[in-house]
Amino acid sequence: MATTQVNPTRMELTRLKKKLVTATRGHKLLKDKRDELMRRFLELVKENKELRMKVEQKISDANKNFVLASAAMSDEVISAALLAPKQEVYLDIGEKNVMSVDIPVYDIKTRTPDPNDIYSYGYAFTSSELDDAVKSLADILPDMLKLAEIEKSCLMMASEIEKTRRRVNALEHVMIPDTKEKIRYITMKLDENERSTQTRLMKVKDMMLKEAHGY
Amino acid sequence: MYRIAVIGDKDSVYGFAALGLDVVYVGENDDPHKAFKKLCESGYGIIYITEALAEILDEEIQKTNDNPIPAVILIPGISGNTGKGIANVKKAVEKAVGSDIIFND
Repeated sequence: MATTQVNPTRMELTRLKKKLVTATRGHKLLKDKRDELMRRFLELVKENKELRMKVEQKISDANKNFVLASAAMSDEVISAALLAPKQEVYLDIGEKNVMSVDIPVYDIKTRTPDPNDIYSYGYAFTSSELDDAVKSLADILPDMLKLAEIEKSCLMMASEIEKTRRRVNALEHVMIPDTKEKIRYITMKLDENERSTQTRLMKVKDMMLKEAHGY
Repeated sequence: MYRIAVIGDKDSVYGFAALGLDVVYVGENDDPHKAFKKLCESGYGIIYITEALAEILDEEIQKTNDNPIPAVILIPGISGNTGKGIANVKKAVEKAVGSDIIFND
């Protein structure tokens, strides 16, 4: 399959042999990387699936609570109650290197440590339904953040796996057979050259002997 | 230090304001593309987006997938679960493995 022309020289042969060694080694390493990434990914994605179902369920429940709350109070009162939140959530994003993929690690910080600071209103003008709704949402938040971390990791790992798989395949099915074929071609060409030199020398020797001694 | 944003229609997301997340309402008259772009550029660590809105912003969300920040995460809105969130996970599995081996039960 030597589509591209190669110079049948010893130098080229040495070069190609080195290239083959590198390619084989790279192929092995990439294959290992792909397998390990895949293992981690499958673990993570199972967790992702379970967590997502849980969070989606809980958010739907919380939304129902909010509907109840808005039924009990007017829109203006709710807007006013939630206008100036007491609590604030910050995020420190670290990185964890998993098989050369930098997956994010979130470190959650809240402005005030008191969990009751989610109620940013006096209780006089709001209904208890709003309290329940806000509470139900606050309970989901840790899970939501965990979900964000895992889902982002999954997405990033998925594209890395795809890339690695392509590289492995390119090495395995194109690069390595190609190089092997070229090496074979050069070796055969060199051998052929040697044989032709041999026969030529024998022929010349015959001719010289004939000239010198007449037989 | 990063902050967390929630974007969606008002009824679906206003509750998150109480928890201290930044809330962006996208009503019928607003341009969701513009709002989302602005969020991406203003340095949020996580952006939660309702599934209904994600439907419109699919292209933009795909673009954020390769960068570590921001993480765009779909959540169901008040109108119910469209299943798009879980479909995204499914798509990631398909991309990585080649076929769906997690959700075919």
